[in-house]
Amino acid sequence: MRFDWQWDFAWEILPRLLAATLNTLLAAGIGYAIAVVLGLVLALAQRTPWKPLTFIVREAVEFIRSTPLVLQIFFVFYVGPQFGIRLSPWTAGMIAIGLHYSAYLSEVYRAGIEAVPKGQWEACRALNMSTRDTYLRIVIPQALPPSVAGMGNYLVGIFKDTPMLSVIGVADVIFLAISLPAAGLVRLFEGFVRRKMGM
Amino acid sequence: MDHGDYPLELPEGDRPMVRFMNVTKRYGSLTVLDNLCLDVAEGEMVTVIGPSGSGKTTVLRMLMTLETINGGIIYVDGKPLTHMERNGRLVPADERHLRKMRSSIGMCFQHFNLFPHMTALQNCMEGPVQVLGLPKAEARARSEELLEMVGMIEKKDQHPSRLSGGQQQRVAIARALAMRPKVMLFDEVTSALDPEVIGEVTNVIRRLVGEHNLTMLMVTHQMGFARDISDRVCFFYRGKIEEQGPPDQLFGNPQRERTQQFLSAVKEAD
Repeated sequence: MRFDWQWDFAWEILPRLLAATLNTLLAAGIGYAIAVVLGLVLALAQRTPWKPLTFIVREAVEFIRSTPLVLQIFFVFYVGPQFGIRLSPWTAGMIAIGLHYSAYLSEVYRAGIEAVPKGQWEACRALNMSTRDTYLRIVIPQALPPSVAGMGNYLVGIFKDTPMLSVIGVADVIFLAISLPAAGLVRLFEGFVRRKMGM
Repeated sequence: MDHGDYPLELPEGDRPMVRFMNVTKRYGSLTVLDNLCLDVAEGEMVTVIGPSGSGKTTVLRMLMTLETINGGIIYVDGKPLTHMERNGRLVPADERHLRKMRSSIGMCFQHFNLFPHMTALQNCMEGPVQVLGLPKAEARARSEELLEMVGMIEKKDQHPSRLSGGQQQRVAIARALAMRPKVMLFDEVTSALDPEVIGEVTNVIRRLVGEHNLTMLMVTHQMGFARDISDRVCFFYRGKIEEQGPPDQLFGNPQRERTQQFLSAVKEAD
C-alpha cells in the first residue's frame, strides 16, 4: 500500500479542520443543552397524575429510544417540508439530536428521581410543601448527583453522534476530513479498500 | 352511610380536635381499619399501641393525608379533612383543600426523613420560609428557638449525616414544630433508635406535653413511656380499637383478653 504523508498538506487543511471542529462542538453543545432541559420535562411529565399524558410521553420516549438517530435526523429534515415545516439543516439537526438525547436523559433523570426515598416525599407532605417546591427544593437536588455519571456518558455519546448530521449537510470535523479532495485520509481509506478487495 | 350524609362542619360544643367517623381503609382485599371511630380532644395526648399490622400507623398516615381513606370521614378542628364542601354536599377533598387543612397537622417519622442536603437549621427553616412565607430572619429565630428547646442548637449547622439517630429525630421534631401545628403525630419515633438515645427523644416529647397545649397522637412500642405521658391509651387489634382508657387502667387492669395477652407478651420481651 502506498502511503505518502504530506506535511504541507496537513498544515494547509488544519484551519478548515479547526473550523469544522467548532461546528462539532457547537452541534454537540446545543444538542446537549436542549436534551438536558427537555429530558427533565419528559421525566417529570411521566410523573403527573394525569394518566393519558404519562402514557403518551412514556410511549414517545420508548419510540425515540428504539429508532436510529440517523433516521430521526432524516425524518425531521426531509419529511418536515411535506407538512409545511421547512427547517435549515442546522435547526433540523439540533431538534433531532436534542430530542433523541432528551429521551435518553429523561431515563437517567427518572432513575435518579425514583432513587429518592419515599420518606422524603412524605416529609414534604407533612411540611405541607407544594408539588413545585417538593421537586425543585427537595427531590431534584437529591436526584441530580447520582444522575451526573449517566449524563456524562450521554455527553460523550452526543459528540460521537454529531457526524450523523452530515446526512443533511451539517459539516462537522469528520465529514470535512473524509471529504477533502486529495486528503491523506481519503488516500488511506482508498488503499484500505483496494487491499480488502484484492485489487 | 354515603359521605354526602356527614355534617359539613361539626356543631359548636361537639368539636374535638380530631374526629375519625366510621373510617375504613383497605389495601386490596385486606381491611386495615374497619369502621374506626376515635375522638381526640384539644390538648389531649393519645397513644396508640398494638401488635404490628393492627393498623395503628395507618391511623396517623391517614390523618397526615399520606393515605386516602376508603370510607367514612375525618374531621380536624371541626372541619372535614378528607372531604370538602361543594354545592352544599361533601365530596372527596382535592389537593387545594388538603393543603389548606394539612397546615394544622405536623408529623415525625420512624426514620426521621430529614432533608440530607440541608443543615439542621435549614431543615427547620424550609417549611416556615417556603410554605408559610415567613421572612428569613423570623424563620431563623423561630427555628433556633426550637433547636434550643430540643437541645440541638450547637449542631444547627451540621448536615443530618453527621448526626446520630437521636439527634436527627430531635431536629425532626423541631422541624415539625416550626410549622406551628395544632396536632402533632409521632409515628414510632423511637423504634429506629439505639436504646441509649431513646431517652433524649422521649424527654423532648415529655416537655411538649408539659409546656404546650398541643394535641398529640402517638404510636409507640415504649409501654413505660406511653403509661407516663398519655392521657388515654388505645389498644388496636385487627383494624379496630379493642380497648381504650386512661393509662393506669389499661396497663394496670386491662379488661379484654387480647389486651392482656399483648401486654404480657410485651412485658416478657422486656
